[in-house]
Amino acid sequence: MTPVPRDLPLPLPLPEEWLGILIVPALLLHLLFVNLTVGAALLSVAYEFAGFRDRKYDRLAQSIIETITVNKSMAVVLGIAPLLMISLLYTPQFYAANTLTGHAWAALIPLITAAFLLAYVYKYTWDKWNVGCLKRRHTRVGLMMALCFFTIPLIFLSNINLMLLPDKWSEIGGFFDSLQVGNVFPRYLHFMAASVAVTALFLCAWLGRKGAAEVEGFDRNNLMRHLYKLTFSVTCAQFAIGPLTLLTLRSNRLNLRTMAAILGGAALGIVMLYLLRVEIRRTQRFVDARFWVIAALLGGTALQMGQGRHFYRESALEEHRSRVRERTVEFGALELATQMSLKAGRGAGESLTGPPSGKTVFLQVCGSCHSRTGMVYAPALTEIYQLHKDHPEDIVKWAKNPGKKRAQYSPMPSMDHLGEEALRAVALYMLEQGAPPGGPQATEKAMPKR
Amino acid sequence: MDFPIFHLDWLGNRMLIAITAIIHVLINHPMAVGAYPLLTLFEWIGWKRRDAQWDGMTHRMVFIVFVITTTLGALTGVGIWFTTSIVAPFAIASLLRVFFWQWFTEWLVFVSEVVLIMAYYLTWRKLSAGRGKPWHMVLGVALSIFSWLTMALIVAILGFMMNSGAWGETKGFLDAVFNPLYIPQLAFRTAFAMTTSGLFIWFCIPFVTREQPELRTAAVKLAARWTLSWLPLCLASAIWYWQAVPAAMRINADVGVMTQAFSKWYSMFGQILALTVLVILATAALGAWRPRLVPRYWLVIPFLLAAWLLGHFERVREFIRKPYVIAGYMYSNGVRVSELPVLQRDGMLPYATYASVRKVTPENKFEAGREMFRLACSRCHTTSGVNSVVDNFRRMYGDEPWDAEQMSGFLFGMHMTRTYMPPFPGNSQEAEALALYLKSLQPGAKANGWKVAARQVGGAQ
Repeated sequence: MTPVPRDLPLPLPLPEEWLGILIVPALLLHLLFVNLTVGAALLSVAYEFAGFRDRKYDRLAQSIIETITVNKSMAVVLGIAPLLMISLLYTPQFYAANTLTGHAWAALIPLITAAFLLAYVYKYTWDKWNVGCLKRRHTRVGLMMALCFFTIPLIFLSNINLMLLPDKWSEIGGFFDSLQVGNVFPRYLHFMAASVAVTALFLCAWLGRKGAAEVEGFDRNNLMRHLYKLTFSVTCAQFAIGPLTLLTLRSNRLNLRTMAAILGGAALGIVMLYLLRVEIRRTQRFVDARFWVIAALLGGTALQMGQGRHFYRESALEEHRSRVRERTVEFGALELATQMSLKAGRGAGESLTGPPSGKTVFLQVCGSCHSRTGMVYAPALTEIYQLHKDHPEDIVKWAKNPGKKRAQYSPMPSMDHLGEEALRAVALYMLEQGAPPGGPQATEKAMPKR
Repeated sequence: MDFPIFHLDWLGNRMLIAITAIIHVLINHPMAVGAYPLLTLFEWIGWKRRDAQWDGMTHRMVFIVFVITTTLGALTGVGIWFTTSIVAPFAIASLLRVFFWQWFTEWLVFVSEVVLIMAYYLTWRKLSAGRGKPWHMVLGVALSIFSWLTMALIVAILGFMMNSGAWGETKGFLDAVFNPLYIPQLAFRTAFAMTTSGLFIWFCIPFVTREQPELRTAAVKLAARWTLSWLPLCLASAIWYWQAVPAAMRINADVGVMTQAFSKWYSMFGQILALTVLVILATAALGAWRPRLVPRYWLVIPFLLAAWLLGHFERVREFIRKPYVIAGYMYSNGVRVSELPVLQRDGMLPYATYASVRKVTPENKFEAGREMFRLACSRCHTTSGVNSVVDNFRRMYGDEPWDAEQMSGFLFGMHMTRTYMPPFPGNSQEAEALALYLKSLQPGAKANGWKVAARQVGGAQ
């Protein structure tokens, strides 16, 4: 059964359409830096291993990890805007996914912190830990960092996936269950491959730029060709992973605009692949207009795909959101009607007919501090019985205008507002309760005296 | 609340947020807010003296602060949001809708701060020669301003969120600034950040001045003097804050138990403050005068004391806020004030989308009680551990078998006598079910039940 929760009855701070438009570029900007962070971490570790055969790859790996310092911080800070928007647009769905995978979601913070700290260790010990067992320790740090960076996107994607599947929520007992619904893994592969491709192209510009320090063992031309080749082959693989991701979405939720956006992105991707091939075959390469055309095409592809994903999200949740809206409005009306009837004096309070009994008043009011034998917040009933067993009116008097006798308790607030009748009833009840076993008769004896 | 429930027993859900928040504040205040101005001062002194060794030392200290603030510091900040998302999604989601533009502004300042941190650390070498240095120090000053601004803004937003009176009727953001606690609080946080940053930098100095004893002594003297010169302001602003609190609390603290808890908080704040200031004063004076007499690891003690003071200081927000999570609008268990009559009339379960039980019946009473606990109590209470319901009832009823009827009666009236508790958001069947569940948690309750069952079996024979 699909849970249809009530949404929060507060208006959105921006029109929904604006949020829908803003969320795509905000998300892409964040993802760009996430791609650069994850891609740099993975490529650096891979090249370090390649460096055991050929030293020049070790140098390349070191130049790659140096970029992570800025990119990872930008990824975090630019993640706030899309998180803000997604929480506003899909409140019941997104938070449902978060809470259902709660332990994993909470683990994100320590995991990302660990990943970043390991990345710093990895980067700043490169020159120091460079031989023998120190080098092995360095690679182990790299592997641990890579492991963190492999896990973090999986947790995020499991949430992004789960929020689109309200009909599966009732089956989800935690993070591992959430991996078994929808298409987390094709998405994940698609994302990881994109990270590598985007990072490779970025490194082309970064390491190939004018005035960049040369990577030992590579001339600029060769390095750029190597990175172009990497971008090319990973993007080719995306043409297999992409359709897999598309085909594992719910086909009845795929509409024309989603398909148009995605196929448009694929078309741009094909043009980019062609230009990459041309660049790979040339004899000289520079970071010039040709590079920027390729980069723009990759950006265009990402924008189209992001737009396509947003359209899919909208269509996948269309029905659920409209049911949620209906339920929210319905409950709002009920809320209002109840308030009106309360104002008219026919409400929940009516269930108490007649004056409250001593027992009711005691349980609701006095029982918060006084109990039969406990002495934590106020004297126990057994003690009150000893003091006032023959004079219940003393209790009434005290309750109306309490003094302060005992240092260990804070002063009792006045109970005058309960009224004489209720106080008298409660006093009798207290004596009855405070009497030792077999004592209640004593209280009854005391009553006629009054 | 109409979200699936994530419940972390023993540690408690609030504790998850609290731990993240305390780590964040302990990094943010001494390092992000306090250390960058101090390090900019260090940089300026090194530049004035044309002392390359001093500059190198400052650079290494910036590195330490940079590493910590851009990892654990930044992520625990985001972490407050992440943990709140799973513990109190109703609250964070409502706050995001209401205070969107404030958060958005805060985000812009935050982005600027991060860019400045990166620029300050990464351009150190490039801008260290000749004419570059003054520009680099301008970056340091800008960074110090933006770090402070981030804190000043977020404290205003927090103050605004807690301000009683519906936000619709208030003039908005300015209310926070004119909130009686805001200015003293900001003054205290600022002075606290500066005072403790001296201690933190002092702690770092030995690590970055190996085999440079003279440099070390001079640097420690500077850090100690920095702490010493901010300490009077720290004390004065703390006293200012301490005196402003009772007025702000008067609305909430009118009932016995609350007064008791608050006066305990109040007198303890004074004691911790006196102790902390004295220890810091002694340490910093010795550091400014005879730095070698202070062992390095002694510095952990004033720092921990300062952390304790700050942790205690933060608790007052808990007092002011309760029983609401958004003043006058939503209780801390996610129940909105305006939906309360519906829930009290019809019950909470019929409207709880994610509950496994819709209506209390004799068969499902225990299960319904457990669901009620998750829905109505579990945001603040655990069953065993931090702020456990069991401990609270033991304190009230002792170790005799608890009376379920008395307990369900108590549930209905608790908000009148314990004003920090929200009213019970359900009907009487639900209160009875909850009482049945709570009673079952009493230590030894199962054993009692078993005895009763055994006796019944015995009787049947």
